[in-house]
Amino acid sequence: MASTAPIAPLPTLPKKHYLNDGTTVASWLLTRDHKRIALLYLVAVTVFFVIGGLFAVLVRLELATPAGDLLSDDSYNKVFTMHGVMMVFFFLIPAIPGTLGNFLIPIMIGAKDLAFPKLNLASWYIFMIGATFGTYSVLNGGLDTGWTFYTPFSTVASTSAVVPAALGVFINGFSSILTGLNFIVTIHRMRAPGMTWFRLPLFVWSHYATSLIMVLGTPVLAITVVLVAAERIFSFGIFDANRGGDPVLFQHLFWFYSHPAVYIMVLPAMGVMSELVAASCRKPVFGYTFVAFASLAIAIIGFFVWGHHMFVAGQSVYAALIFSILSFLVAVPSAVKVFNWTATMYKGAVSWQTPTLYAIGFIGLFTIGGLTGLFLSSVGLDIHLTDTYFIVAHFHYIMVGGTIMGYLGGIHFWWPKMTGRMYNELLAKISAALIFFGFNLTFFPQFVVGYLGMPRRYHAYPPEFQMLNVLSSAGASILAVGYALPLSYLIYSLKYGKVAGNNPWGAVGLEWTTTSPPPTANFEETPLVTWDAYEYPARVEGHVA
Amino acid sequence: MSPETSAAAEHHHHPALAHHFDSLAEQNEAATLGMWVFLVTEVLFFGGALMAYSIYRSWYPGAFASASHHLDVTLGAVNTAVLIVSSLTMAMAVHAAQLGERGKLKAFLLITMVLGATFLVVKGFEYHEKYVEHHIPGLGLPFDYSAEPQFAATAQIFFSIYFVLTGLHALHMIVGLGIMTWMYIWAANGTIDKDYSSPIEISGLYWHFVDIVWIFLFPLLYLIGRHASGAH
Amino acid sequence: MSENHQHTHIVPLSVYYTIFAALLVGTALTVWVAYIDLGALNTVVALAIACTKATLVVLYFMHVKYASKLTWAVVSGSVFWLLILLALTFNDYLTRHLLTYG
Repeated sequence: MASTAPIAPLPTLPKKHYLNDGTTVASWLLTRDHKRIALLYLVAVTVFFVIGGLFAVLVRLELATPAGDLLSDDSYNKVFTMHGVMMVFFFLIPAIPGTLGNFLIPIMIGAKDLAFPKLNLASWYIFMIGATFGTYSVLNGGLDTGWTFYTPFSTVASTSAVVPAALGVFINGFSSILTGLNFIVTIHRMRAPGMTWFRLPLFVWSHYATSLIMVLGTPVLAITVVLVAAERIFSFGIFDANRGGDPVLFQHLFWFYSHPAVYIMVLPAMGVMSELVAASCRKPVFGYTFVAFASLAIAIIGFFVWGHHMFVAGQSVYAALIFSILSFLVAVPSAVKVFNWTATMYKGAVSWQTPTLYAIGFIGLFTIGGLTGLFLSSVGLDIHLTDTYFIVAHFHYIMVGGTIMGYLGGIHFWWPKMTGRMYNELLAKISAALIFFGFNLTFFPQFVVGYLGMPRRYHAYPPEFQMLNVLSSAGASILAVGYALPLSYLIYSLKYGKVAGNNPWGAVGLEWTTTSPPPTANFEETPLVTWDAYEYPARVEGHVA
Repeated sequence: MSPETSAAAEHHHHPALAHHFDSLAEQNEAATLGMWVFLVTEVLFFGGALMAYSIYRSWYPGAFASASHHLDVTLGAVNTAVLIVSSLTMAMAVHAAQLGERGKLKAFLLITMVLGATFLVVKGFEYHEKYVEHHIPGLGLPFDYSAEPQFAATAQIFFSIYFVLTGLHALHMIVGLGIMTWMYIWAANGTIDKDYSSPIEISGLYWHFVDIVWIFLFPLLYLIGRHASGAH
Repeated sequence: MSENHQHTHIVPLSVYYTIFAALLVGTALTVWVAYIDLGALNTVVALAIACTKATLVVLYFMHVKYASKLTWAVVSGSVFWLLILLALTFNDYLTRHLLTYG
């Protein structure tokens, strides 16, 4: 084993790699290379994140004062709806699978591409068409139903652009399904020789679990929005209580997808976490098999718990009871993961790089998000907390504290692999710290104000809640700065960043054995895998050589 | 030449082999698995609508029984038979493709398409009948259920679900006809051969799946409650 | 990769003809039985016949009988998830008359 230092003295960019293999616009827009499609997703989801973020800015500005002075009630309804629709469907769901998953899964398993490269490109275009409908509904009067499209408001009362938005969500669902399908077939069929299931990086396991949810859940959302659109266009009465229909049926169908969709958003981030924790502590992930099966358990049990969104919707007490018990159950595999990551870090030689900061931030914030989820699984407490800011705080701890921390951590970790260059480490650390503090300042007060009884989705509130809301709005402005920073230093690094070399972190994993950026075919020759994932620290030198 | 040696000889030269697969066999396995996973999504897609059907049938058994009497069992049964025959011809098309019998393959694909189109035409007649009888809910059309006014509102739910389910099924048939046309072209221009029959096989999977959906829709929509004629 | 079995299993035509005949018989049977008053059993019988027909199509026309374990898992997975959807929703609807709140 050659004793080369983990970081070669003066790394240079490879002559030929996927980024300079074709420079025309067509070579990007018609590419079938999973790495380029990942970058297309990166650009697209960043745009939708910014749009969704702008709506969040409006929400926080309105709530800085108790009076509903900045936005009318109707405009406020549209603003928080569009924030939710943009963030959930066009950022959180595609963000990690579309960018990191697309880029890394084939490389991590030693394949040349995903199983269906054309379908992969089609997924991106379908996503863009769906997002266009979503954006159209924003420009065309907006949507005011909340991101959940609840009936009967969405079917008989709302005068806003429900059909275009529903169509956008429907089309986007196809993109999600095709991505999941592609990942499943790829992970089953395209693994390099020797890459057995239990040698797969946990990132791949968690994406496999995510793909199962995409494939099993999304079609139910599709039929649900088809029914909503049919109600509006043909004025059917399926969800109309006046004509014998049941609006609660909509909620069953909607949450059958949309609760597991939470795991579509957070499972990929958990996969990122396993990689970051192992690499930043140079230790194998504690209890690999448990973490791998915990992903599958979350994907499966996640389908049994949707009714906890409907405790006050008029479902039967017995159904609520069963859903409540099952909801407590889904916390077990999530807790297994958190414990295993912490056990991995225990006595690890932690290197304080930017991805490490995001990893530690994730563990803390996801734990708070998960534990407050247990409050909401308990029927009695949930009746008090339903539709208050406690709920808002809870799911932002999961969605932002979990998914976005994981996403940004992953982007920072694999950025040198994707672009071949390093970003400014100091700025990156500052931004990670700003995001962590800004996030907590924004959302922790919302737990309190929600518990005190402030309902969500109103543009005005009693003056006694102002203090906590001002804190929240102040935190949001810090958070905004934290998010704006990476956009600048990452773009700057594309041209001026230090050349990273193949393995700047001294990490194990097939992706670190190829060049940065990788060649179009990912590897010079198909790798033969004879080692387990995370053979830290023994394999680090061997990998670089 | 034995099948094994011919397959081995084809592995590295077959025009249909994509760059990221080592062999045509691997590529076919991936395509087949992909289609199966897609069919899972289809099961759950129709499953959502079937759930709406099940809930309302359990809530309104009388209205559903009454409304299903307004569907034409004979046409429904004929259409079921048409689809079953088309599934047989589809299976025989796959058989012909696997043996490399191009003439038979084209013939069976053509018969399958004709049967699929027949189904849609019959369905069209049934829809027309609903229009004439004023049994189409919504769209601003008059809905007339004056013979049994106690069921007027909930019969609309039955017909809404009827049109959603059969409409989506018909849409899948139309997509299926498109796929069959595509496969016919590939069969005719020689893209499909003995070693590359998987496009026909996975198109067949789709076609059979659409048949299965109808196998459930026919009893659920036309038959259940039929024995209770005149009970309301 | 572990499921790298013989890809093309050619099913004899006689099997197809048999299944075809069974499907037609099943169709005739389900129409015939629909006119006999079996009470609540009418629904059960209709669904049982439909499930049998669908199983025959899946096993023979769609070649699952000869397919890998993975295909079996995919097929049974789809049925299982459909049952989750139906079971947990009916768990609400069938018990709703007993007690509700909110």
